[in-house]
Amino acid sequence: MSGLGVLLRRELSLTWGAGGGPLLSVGFLIAATVLFPLSLGSAAQILGAVAAGLVWVLLALASLLSLERLFARDFEDGALDIIALGPLPLEASCAVKCLAAWLTNGAPLALASPLAAVALGEPVGAVPLIVLTAALGSLAFVFVGGIGAALSLVSRGGALLQTLIVLPLLIPPVIFGAAAVFAWTHGLAWTPGLALLAAYALAAIGLGPIAMAGACRNALG
Amino acid sequence: MSFGGKYAPFVIGAYAISAVMFLWMVIDTLLRARSARKTLEALEAERRGAGDAP
Amino acid sequence: MISGFANPHRFMSFSRWAAPTLALIAAALLALGLWLGLSAPPDYQQGETVRIMFVHVPAAWTAMLAYLCLGGASFASLVFRHAVADAAASAAAPLGAAFTAAALITGSLWGKPMWGTWWAWGDSRLVSVLVLFLLFVGYIALRASIEDEGKAARAAEILALVGLINLPVIKFSVDWWNTLHQGESIFRAGGPLIAPVYLIPLMLTGAGYSAAFAALWLTRTRMEVRRRRSLGLALRAAR
Repeated sequence: MSGLGVLLRRELSLTWGAGGGPLLSVGFLIAATVLFPLSLGSAAQILGAVAAGLVWVLLALASLLSLERLFARDFEDGALDIIALGPLPLEASCAVKCLAAWLTNGAPLALASPLAAVALGEPVGAVPLIVLTAALGSLAFVFVGGIGAALSLVSRGGALLQTLIVLPLLIPPVIFGAAAVFAWTHGLAWTPGLALLAAYALAAIGLGPIAMAGACRNALG
Repeated sequence: MSFGGKYAPFVIGAYAISAVMFLWMVIDTLLRARSARKTLEALEAERRGAGDAP
Repeated sequence: MISGFANPHRFMSFSRWAAPTLALIAAALLALGLWLGLSAPPDYQQGETVRIMFVHVPAAWTAMLAYLCLGGASFASLVFRHAVADAAASAAAPLGAAFTAAALITGSLWGKPMWGTWWAWGDSRLVSVLVLFLLFVGYIALRASIEDEGKAARAAEILALVGLINLPVIKFSVDWWNTLHQGESIFRAGGPLIAPVYLIPLMLTGAGYSAAFAALWLTRTRMEVRRRRSLGLALRAAR
């Protein structure tokens, strides 16, 4: 367990320290949120109707963008080699990297998402559910987005390619999470969406690192 | 056989695009297959030629 | 039998007769199916546009089949390291993308007379085909962006398998979303039951499309096998 802890502490200090951490991703979320009333017009009915879904899309994009350098930094300076040869199984190291990325970007985004949602017209009562679904959703985004980051280590394509190959895979959590919030605000059953989202996040946490480790080995080998 | 009716453009359009798609796939596949075969034959002939003089 | 294909020589000699034979079968099935389909009476509700079903539904089926083949070949390549398997995987992708694009365009042309819009987000099958298109495009883009053939093959395998596992989940989530937003899905292309007079042409064109895909896939895989061999020879000659 101590090996995992050491790696986690290293990852956290690198991602948090390097250029703003949570501030950057939350800043992006807010800046992108501002674009919507400006482009759609400030009619409350329109914004309110799309608020839940919009915030979910922005959450996904912010998570994906923050993952661009998840493996690249260590790959370039040789640290990934050392991590792969170390005592921890590569799958576990990948999972720890994703956890650190989530703590640095995903969790703060989840806490900031109610700001965006309420600003776009979601009722304040939905905030706890928004935070909960955003926390689960950003976990899913990180553990699936990490697969794209690992695959693109050998590729010349940049963040756009990374995002393209992963976005279709993120359709289920986006649907489940947005549906849960939508159901709550319309007085419908919101627990199915939440349960499906939690199940997806768990599956992503369990299976994502396997694909990531395979992709890292491919890049290193 | 009838293509007619006021929705004829849609039906014809759908069949046309399907035909175009098939044509593209067949032509592209056959052209690439032919060029791959020619390249391989040329390289193998070279190798055999070079193999005569070790 | 599957391991028989692992041997490139056996695959090449098998596909040499199999591909043209399948092409002929496909042509026959398509000719018969389209003749029957185009001479069938127009639908009570949809009129002539029901005939689009004979090119739209098979395209969608074959797109799905192509992705399954892509996934299967990727699995074989990843697990068994079959030489031919990776060639087959990269051969399936552009074909799949073409069938998917055809399914989307014909679906749009079928939808406009039926529902009045060029695109219906409420048709979960159409949306699933769109997602399939994105998966093909992503696969092709990833392969194209990696120079090293070996690394490209391994990376693409992982992506294909991740996509394959996710596909039922994506399909389920899109269906689920529709039942929330629409109540009972009214978008059932062709009606809940297809009249027998349409069913037979549909089966024929469906089989024809699949046979055509098989013929094209075998031919393209042959092309990929030769291309890889050429690369190997060229590298050796360069030394």
